[in-house]
Amino acid sequence: MSEAERIPVLETRKLGISFGGLKAVNDFNIKIYQGELVGLIGPNGAGKTTVFNLLTGVYVPTEGTVMLNGVPLNGKKTYQFVHAGVARTFQNIRLFRDMSVIDNVRAAFTKDIKYNFFDASFRTPRFWNEEKKITEKAMDLLRLCRLDDVAEVPASGLPYGRQRKLEIARALATDMKLLLLDEPAAGMNPTETAELLECINTIRDRFGIAILLIEHDMSLVMNVCQRIQVIDYGQTIASGLPEEIAKNPKVIAAYLGE
Amino acid sequence: MKKSKTARGYFLNTAVIVVLFTAFQFVTEALGSRSSFKLVLAPCLWQCCYLIILAASLNMVLGFLGQLSLGHCGFMAVGAYTAALISLACERAGVFGDKHGAAFVLVLFGCILAAGLLAAVVGLLLGIPALRLKGDYLAIITLGFGMIIVNIINNLPFCGQDGLALGSAAASLYKNGLGFGSKGKVEYLWAAISVTVICLTLMFMFVRSKYGRAIRAIRDDEIAASASGINTSFYKVFTFAYSAFFAGIAGALYACANATLSTASFAFTNGGILNSTFVVVMVVLGGMGSMTGSIVAAVIMFFVNYEIKNGAWVSALPAAVSGVFEYPMLVYALVLIIVIMFRPKGIFGSYEFSLQNLIPDIRAAHAARAAAKAERKEAGSHV
Repeated sequence: MSEAERIPVLETRKLGISFGGLKAVNDFNIKIYQGELVGLIGPNGAGKTTVFNLLTGVYVPTEGTVMLNGVPLNGKKTYQFVHAGVARTFQNIRLFRDMSVIDNVRAAFTKDIKYNFFDASFRTPRFWNEEKKITEKAMDLLRLCRLDDVAEVPASGLPYGRQRKLEIARALATDMKLLLLDEPAAGMNPTETAELLECINTIRDRFGIAILLIEHDMSLVMNVCQRIQVIDYGQTIASGLPEEIAKNPKVIAAYLGE
Repeated sequence: MKKSKTARGYFLNTAVIVVLFTAFQFVTEALGSRSSFKLVLAPCLWQCCYLIILAASLNMVLGFLGQLSLGHCGFMAVGAYTAALISLACERAGVFGDKHGAAFVLVLFGCILAAGLLAAVVGLLLGIPALRLKGDYLAIITLGFGMIIVNIINNLPFCGQDGLALGSAAASLYKNGLGFGSKGKVEYLWAAISVTVICLTLMFMFVRSKYGRAIRAIRDDEIAASASGINTSFYKVFTFAYSAFFAGIAGALYACANATLSTASFAFTNGGILNSTFVVVMVVLGGMGSMTGSIVAAVIMFFVNYEIKNGAWVSALPAAVSGVFEYPMLVYALVLIIVIMFRPKGIFGSYEFSLQNLIPDIRAAHAARAAAKAERKEAGSHV
């Protein structure tokens, strides 16, 4: 298949949102293909997280469309975005704090669990089979993120770096095609960042998904991203390969001032 | 291996419940004719049964779903009146004559089920608009519901105005409907207890399934829950309605235990134990997110209430102290404050009693306490 015919996993067309008179994001266009890892960078307040909220249905765009595998997702709710195949992590960790690590992941499998209310109330064989299947899948994901030794610990009891990983494991449980990572390395030390990097690479290789990454840690972005898109004041100011971005005068101006 | 352990746990629980239930039947048989059993213990057990169901059902909304609902007694009122009216209609239609035999038992359980179903429908209708709101706003809306439903019932010609509480039919439940006298309460104690056990089992099954996981996820972080593909509005409304279902069943048991119904007993201004805020207090006292806690707290609150009203020791106290007991509300507040001071997460926190894990759990608790003590000692020695 030629490049032109391939349908991108994620495509946005003229995506924008205004809060009152403020255009937080304007004319945002991006295409991400399967297996790609794209970085989204920009100075603080540039609108990166707003873009994520638009891509996950938390905000309703005032203009433009989000398309997943060519299907527009206009007017869908957040959980329907997830059913369509968009998963995300959060800038400030949002785990189910009082639930065990494995329950955090199992909760994200809810939409895949086939048993109904009757099965749950009377513990039919279908209930046990589904629960067993889900538990095994969840353990697999925990093993992938090296969290299997703390499966029964409450999520709030994990150290920071592992909470980040658990958030990724939970996102993976939704069986997505596109993973949005919002500053996954924020507040991590170099060792933890390196482990995370390894985790992200494993995920991409194993699941063949598209990843969009917001990150301030430039070494991480330059290392893992195939393409980078830079936004400032809600406008895309540059996009291209990491080396091009690093030399782009507009990007340097946005980060360092002129 | 894990599954066989679960299976063994189920078997153990079922066996213990059956043995206890049979033993209880024998005790009832043996003591049923004694007046202390008939006049004190049996009515108390009936009350405990519906209070336990009520507290546990609210815990699903408050402790597991994390939404503050202050109108839970409203659902109970719906259930109580539904059961009472259906039983009266059945009696009038001649389905049962006296309160014996298979036909009556069938009507009894039918009424209980119908009460739950109607309360669930009301819960659904309330939940769809109300659960768009959160926190204080939801509390106010449910509080309003609890007040409104009482007035609605009062003004419906067939249940309030000249029906169950006022006028000629004042004692109609006892004579013609579900209401059990002291003898009937002993005779049908098994029904109350089995309904309670079934309700609790169903609630346990609910919170230990994908539904329970989904609603606990919503409680911990609603945004993250919807970003994990959980349809938050569906699970919220569903849990609310299911909780209302059990509140309705509790109402039906209430109707069985009383000779007459009056909406005043479900009203928010009611100073007795049947008051939506007290149900909240029970749940908080026992521990939000612990069914065991709700059961224990319901019994404790009932006992406190009973002792304040009937305890001989209250009148023996010096006047200055016993004055407090003239205002039971004050006592409940004190109990709550004391529990919250010493156990901020309620008596049980989120711990669930389990026969199978009882011994390991106790050991773990001992170990944890010893560790905390050692740590404190160590910290002290450094000062």
